[in-house]
Amino acid sequence: MGLGLEMVLKVAGVGLVVAIMAIMLEQAGKKEQATLVTLAGVVAVLYIVIDGIAQVFTLVKSVFQLY
Amino acid sequence: MEIWQIVGLALTVSVLGIVLRQVRPEIALQMTILAGTAIFLLVLGRVKVIIDLLQNLAEQANVSSYYLLIILKIVGIAYLAEFGAAICRDAGEGALAAKVELAAKVGVFVLAIPIITAILESLVRLLAWGD
Repeated sequence: MGLGLEMVLKVAGVGLVVAIMAIMLEQAGKKEQATLVTLAGVVAVLYIVIDGIAQVFTLVKSVFQLY
Repeated sequence: MEIWQIVGLALTVSVLGIVLRQVRPEIALQMTILAGTAIFLLVLGRVKVIIDLLQNLAEQANVSSYYLLIILKIVGIAYLAEFGAAICRDAGEGALAAKVELAAKVGVFVLAIPIITAILESLVRLLAWGD
């Protein structure tokens, strides 16, 4: 269990931090930097998500003998 | 896999998803994908037990493991395609989901060709034997 919940909570935390940072930057009038922060957050999260998807695919391949 | 773990994970993700969707919809979607993979990982451990049982039964019933392997592959393709299509549909890409399902149908049909030919061959043999 630990792994799944840990990854999900990590993603949720990154999302909230990125949202707050983007809001703060936008309030400070730095629109481009807010966009960049958002982009960086999406990429970081994508990194975690792809890791999870790869795990699922390898497991499905070994369980159903799909090669 | 314990059922309360899965229910707890799904509820947590649902609540977090509502909060996150208002501020960052793209990260909320990725969190949903991740939760789906996590639940999938938990469930697949048990699916392996079922498949082992099926293989045992097939061995005892003298069913060729070749056909069982094909059926297993078909189930695997269906699982994966369903997973991907559901995520695409969640993200609002219904057309993409339909294409994924189409690809899975084609893949399943291609895998089923040996079984179909085997059935047809035995059918033809039966008919010829009747003459």
